[in-house]
Amino acid sequence: MISFEMPEEIRQRLVFVRKVAREKMRAQARHYDENEHEIPWDFVTLMWDEALRTGQSFRSGAAAQPTGSSLVSQTLIHVIEMLSWGDAGLYLCVPGAGLGGAAIAATGTAEQQERFLARFREGKPKWASMAMTEAHCGSDTAAIRTTAVRDGEHWVLSGEKIFVTSGHKSLVDSNGLMVVWATVDPSAGRAGIKSFVVEAGTPGVTVTKLEQKLGIRASDTAVAVFEDCRIPLGNLLGSAEVVDHTKGFKGAMATFDATRPAVAASALGIARATVELLKELLAEQGVVIRYGIPRNLLSAVEREVLDLEAQLRAAWLLTLKATWLMDQRRPNTTESSMCKVKAGDVVTKVTQKGVELMGPLGYSRRLPFEKWMRDAKINDLFEGTGQINRLIVARRILGYSSRELK
Amino acid sequence: MYSFEPTEEQGALVEALRKFASKELRSRSRQADEKGSLPPEVTGMGWELGLLPGSIPETFGGFGEHSTVTGVLAAEELAWGDLSGALALTAPNLVAFPVLLCGSPKQKAEVLPEYCADSFVPGAAALLEPRYGFDPGSLQTRAQRSDKGYVLAGSKCNVPFAAEAEWMLVYACLEGRTEAFLVRKDTPGVVVKEREANMGMRACPLYSVDFVGCQVSASERLGGEAGCDFGLLLNSSRVALSAMAVGVARAAYEYGLDYAKNRKAFGEAIAQRQSIAFMLAEMATDLEAARLMVWEAAWLLDQGKDATREAALAKNFADDMSLAVTDRALQILGGHGYIRDYPLELWLRNARGFAVMEGIALA
Repeated sequence: MISFEMPEEIRQRLVFVRKVAREKMRAQARHYDENEHEIPWDFVTLMWDEALRTGQSFRSGAAAQPTGSSLVSQTLIHVIEMLSWGDAGLYLCVPGAGLGGAAIAATGTAEQQERFLARFREGKPKWASMAMTEAHCGSDTAAIRTTAVRDGEHWVLSGEKIFVTSGHKSLVDSNGLMVVWATVDPSAGRAGIKSFVVEAGTPGVTVTKLEQKLGIRASDTAVAVFEDCRIPLGNLLGSAEVVDHTKGFKGAMATFDATRPAVAASALGIARATVELLKELLAEQGVVIRYGIPRNLLSAVEREVLDLEAQLRAAWLLTLKATWLMDQRRPNTTESSMCKVKAGDVVTKVTQKGVELMGPLGYSRRLPFEKWMRDAKINDLFEGTGQINRLIVARRILGYSSRELK
Repeated sequence: MYSFEPTEEQGALVEALRKFASKELRSRSRQADEKGSLPPEVTGMGWELGLLPGSIPETFGGFGEHSTVTGVLAAEELAWGDLSGALALTAPNLVAFPVLLCGSPKQKAEVLPEYCADSFVPGAAALLEPRYGFDPGSLQTRAQRSDKGYVLAGSKCNVPFAAEAEWMLVYACLEGRTEAFLVRKDTPGVVVKEREANMGMRACPLYSVDFVGCQVSASERLGGEAGCDFGLLLNSSRVALSAMAVGVARAAYEYGLDYAKNRKAFGEAIAQRQSIAFMLAEMATDLEAARLMVWEAAWLLDQGKDATREAALAKNFADDMSLAVTDRALQILGGHGYIRDYPLELWLRNARGFAVMEGIALA
């Protein structure tokens, strides 16, 4: 039965995050934008303590999905949307298993899940990051050059990873971990790509740089260099066999089915913040949006705002459906990429329009519009650019392989 | 709980309608458009599906309950087959649903059983007016109180089945509010004029109608002295039209996708080029998004909640989407898209109408 009734469980989960978003995140957003790489410890501690107290994560993929249908993913996108409405940069600083944890949950054994993920349920705040991108390859992950060479009871990692979200927090600021994608056989292409867990304190890994960015400046984006970085054999996630042509790679791709809607939700939190403030400030100037009258009678500003609102709703419902499918344990690769494409486009457009429609006020750093526009753009880039996600959608709807549609 | 899954019953209905739309509507749509009329057997066959009587309770002669969600699922399928056919087949809803939702007990008892008959019963609604600046909340067609009830005066356009309908629901401004009046066929003062000459929706009989001192009794005001919830009817109409916009767009998208996979250029299918493949990906995405917005607004209506914002947003989005998707699909066919041997130009002409139409469909 088609229904758009928000489950009570989700309603309850939103109480705390709404309060934090309104009272803490909005108040601190500008400070951490202007003081790049300063860690918002009071916010971090607040979120960590709440996660420990309730046993519920604010980040995607922290726990394996229970069997049968659930509300895990649907709940998460509501929470992420709300936190990003507060501030997207701060949201990305929320400690927890996050993206790295998602990979462990998707491909790790039960023993590995316990060994690596238990730390996120106790002690001090910790982060898990994921290192995939290299200077010469982004979405083309099969071209990864970082190597993992077996040496007795160890894997030895060598190479350099860039664009590691929370890389510094996961290895330097906390006793967390980084999931690193590397090849065990560079001649094998995709089949040789495996993921490895590198724990904080492991010799041979160094965070050499923090990127300076357009937006989401509270979030650290790190360069990690691996030189003779030795990790136990048991830190390989999944199988070491190269003959296993697609499984390891599919593991990474399966992670995206879960994380792309999470990125979309974060984007849409920023977009909603923009639309709401825009309408509020317009109303103060006597411009109240009318929903019931024909389009040709609307003012130009009303048409723009209505269009932004419609686009926002469109993207949100796509995101909701992608997670609903996931929670039903049904395939959602197409929907997951669809919502990512749409949300990336929508947040980019909405926030750019926010600046434009408010005129000089929109451009001023006294108001958040310009910051939201800067924060927004990352959502069209990370977890696969809009173009890569279009490619995924296109291949799925056309029934084409990556060879048939390049 | 959120759910994006129609009930089993709805699924079966959709499947039956898809077959009907493909076999009976799509196959006749080109000829119907060229001739400007639907073959008479179409409404008869459509009526046998029992859509409307299946939405009217047994008390009034039907065999089901009204559900806007079911209605939009049906509307999408019919419009996927042919928009003119979909508008014609759902035209009886234009009288029956307002009576069901807002009618007085007397009106329900009088009108609804007529719409549960064995054969197609045309219905009409007169909302649109032929002028720039038309606003459903501020109509120029007037209803004046008189000794015997009300006198209607004004001009309407795009009235489906005005010449054929047993009942016409006429929307008019009464003391600053939009109210509706049930007007029987052959009531004096109703002047049905020429058929509309629109760029699309050509097979659906739409007329201009003048009301000249048209006297209706007090009991023929929809809802009696209490009047009707016009906002609800307008929102319902927007949701229904948006569902049809999704249906038209889906037809074009599917056709374009199929064509792109079969059309070869430079040794491979044109769909293997990103310029085509990305267009299709965007079309599929917006099509799905529009459908979900329609479902949400329909669900709100079924919950008895105010859907003004959601219905407006859904219509806004679906209007734009259907125009863009039909245009892109036509583009994929290149010059063939412009030729009347193919259905794309017909779908583009039909899709263009959604942004200017109000009140000509209900689900």
